[in-house]
Amino acid sequence: MVDETELIHAAQHGDRDAFDELVRRTYVDLFTLAVRLTGNEEDARDVVQDAYLRAWKGIGKFRGDAQLSTWLYRITANCASTHLSRRRRTRTEPLLPGLEPADVRHESQPEAMAETNLDLAVIARAVDELPPKLRAVVVLRDVYGLPHEAIAEELGISLSAAKVRLHRARKRLRDAVFEEKRSSRAV
Amino acid sequence: MRYEDVADLLPGLVDGTVEVDDRTRAFIDSDLRCQAELARYRRLLRGLGTLRTTYLEPAPGGLAQTLNALAAEGERRVARGILSGRRAVVAGAALGGAAVAGAATAALIAARSRRRLLAG
Repeated sequence: MVDETELIHAAQHGDRDAFDELVRRTYVDLFTLAVRLTGNEEDARDVVQDAYLRAWKGIGKFRGDAQLSTWLYRITANCASTHLSRRRRTRTEPLLPGLEPADVRHESQPEAMAETNLDLAVIARAVDELPPKLRAVVVLRDVYGLPHEAIAEELGISLSAAKVRLHRARKRLRDAVFEEKRSSRAV
Repeated sequence: MRYEDVADLLPGLVDGTVEVDDRTRAFIDSDLRCQAELARYRRLLRGLGTLRTTYLEPAPGGLAQTLNALAAEGERRVARGILSGRRAVVAGAALGGAAVAGAATAALIAARSRRRLLAG
């Protein structure tokens, strides 16, 4: 398997096959992020396609001081933000019935799950039910680990607005996740 | 100080997004309700972090569609390059022609003025 750095270098010199290979390696990851940001598969496909087109045009500017995945996450976040503001959706649609987790890698990390001791399906549903603006910030920060500054830049909002949204999103998630847990225990 | 006074700070305090003064920090550290709430937020953050490796299955054809769009973009880029190259050739030829015509006209005018001077 060719090293990612070599593929990036080749793509930066116009090698389309190398870039296609990078797309194949990162597609599921970016698609998952796009679904989490947009709330549905159809929009996610458009967003991911747009993100890769932008990445191909801008691959020459990728300096390698961040990971490729982080760079792609930022582009995807920006595309999703543009896409959603264009669509002006007020309510998110739930994940399509066919969209089940494809690869639940935490199953192979029992210690992580035991430590967390929270039902991931409950968390995923709570995230999905957040308003898009709050969801975008919490997904980018708490799921994908982007810095506050990067989130603010890609979503076109101020740093303080990004922090306020994160704060509100966490509060709502806390209520949704722990209240649901309490009520399911009572049944 | 009461729990209600600091409850709104806790979602940001859990990962240092929010900073508090020493007095507030001392209260939070000693208040059991605050500690329980912070523990909930920590568990929530760990759960969200775990979500990062829970991948969703794209519908069949999504990857192929993206690769085709990239190929089409590549072809458009090549076509644009060829077109701009042709335009450059045409523009160069036109400029060259104009330069030759200008030089010929200048030479003609110079020759006529020389003839007039000799005749005079």
